[in-house]
Amino acid sequence: MLQYLPTLLDGLWITLWLAVLGIFLGFALGVLGAVASVSSIKTYRIVCRVYVEFFRNTPMLIQLLVLFFGLPALGIRLSPLIAASLALILNNTAYIMEIVRGGILSTDKGQYEAAESLGLTRGQALRFVVLPPAIEKVFSPIVSQSVLLMLSTSIVSTIGVPELTGAAMQISSDTFRALELYLSLAIIYVLLNYIFRAALTILWQALFKKTGQKRLFQRVAKPIVITKLDVRSGNNA
Amino acid sequence: MRSFGLPELLYVVEALRWTLALSAIGFIGGGLVGALIAVLRFADNRLINGVIIIYTQFFQGIPLLLLMLLCYYGISLIGIQLSPLQAAATALTINASAFLGVIWESALRSIPRTQWESGESLALRPWQTLRYIIAPQAIRLALPSTVGFLVQLVKESSLASVIGFVEITRAGQLVTNITFAPLEVFGVVAVLYFIICSLLSWLSRRLELSLRQAM
Repeated sequence: MLQYLPTLLDGLWITLWLAVLGIFLGFALGVLGAVASVSSIKTYRIVCRVYVEFFRNTPMLIQLLVLFFGLPALGIRLSPLIAASLALILNNTAYIMEIVRGGILSTDKGQYEAAESLGLTRGQALRFVVLPPAIEKVFSPIVSQSVLLMLSTSIVSTIGVPELTGAAMQISSDTFRALELYLSLAIIYVLLNYIFRAALTILWQALFKKTGQKRLFQRVAKPIVITKLDVRSGNNA
Repeated sequence: MRSFGLPELLYVVEALRWTLALSAIGFIGGGLVGALIAVLRFADNRLINGVIIIYTQFFQGIPLLLLMLLCYYGISLIGIQLSPLQAAATALTINASAFLGVIWESALRSIPRTQWESGESLALRPWQTLRYIIAPQAIRLALPSTVGFLVQLVKESSLASVIGFVEITRAGQLVTNITFAPLEVFGVVAVLYFIICSLLSWLSRRLELSLRQAM
């Protein structure tokens, strides 16, 4: 079995890269999209709405299949790794957009008025006054979404990317020892889950120091579920 | 080579019932186990709590695809051979129960303590308090998230294609293999998912709005 360890480690490496790429680019694009989706320009709002609705209401597997097998029909040929990264980024962007938009919308109108009375433009108000606390407020759903994204990197094994799950599928067809293999893999994913949660929380507290009121382990041991309740309790905290 | 015509389209659309059936099985099975999980957490038994925490953290912490592979290829090695449908249904049920259990537990917890106390002061048993006072309020609270999770479940059922169960994603792959028209075929599949899921999303949003007005 040990001879397959390098394959699995390579897989781990690809999983980590894909997850980090998806999480951070998805976050950056998602925040931009969230700003556009509350813009005063109607076209922006509509485009954002359509984007979010499409990506949230179709499975990532289908998005991946369209990107990888569908696009060549239009003359756009992507390598498996590029198609995989693209699917993860586009998918995560849609979810982050919706989460951050929720944070922005829950901001008190008075904040805008205060900013206006200081002579800030709407863009400045959003950038300096509204956005930082809005993102802070939705911290917990963003981390949950990021962890879920890390888990969904496994889906890209279906187009032949040898990340953790893909590597394990290859090894399993060589060795016929699916049970031990997949169980070990499950443990690796559970550990990754906690590592990502911890790393994102530490990063977050480094960026928004003033709000590190909850202990790290409380944050890390939190279950993943992103519910509307979650957002609501985020507002109370 | 065949073109992507009406028979092929019908084949994909017909497979829709398997996507719906699989989602329904996952939702009902996951709902039953999830409800049990949510309620058992209130028993305040250390052992039960420990088991439930490990169960939810484990099954929320692994990808559903891996769970499908475990249910289909993994356990066949210890002599339990499940059909693709059985394996997919088992995986979805386990996955859904881990998420629904937490959603419902947090809904139950968000009902103020005083409501429990008022039940007690009316000489109701804890079970009766839960049944007649707490649950009706918690269900209203949890309904939008539950319908929201159902959208996720419908999407996740697409992963059953990996173990060879013919729902719409797998049907799409099969049709693609004979027509070589992946863009059209997967486009159609995407539209089918979009229709089901946006209907459910719309329902969940409406429920949330009406809930907000009611409170």
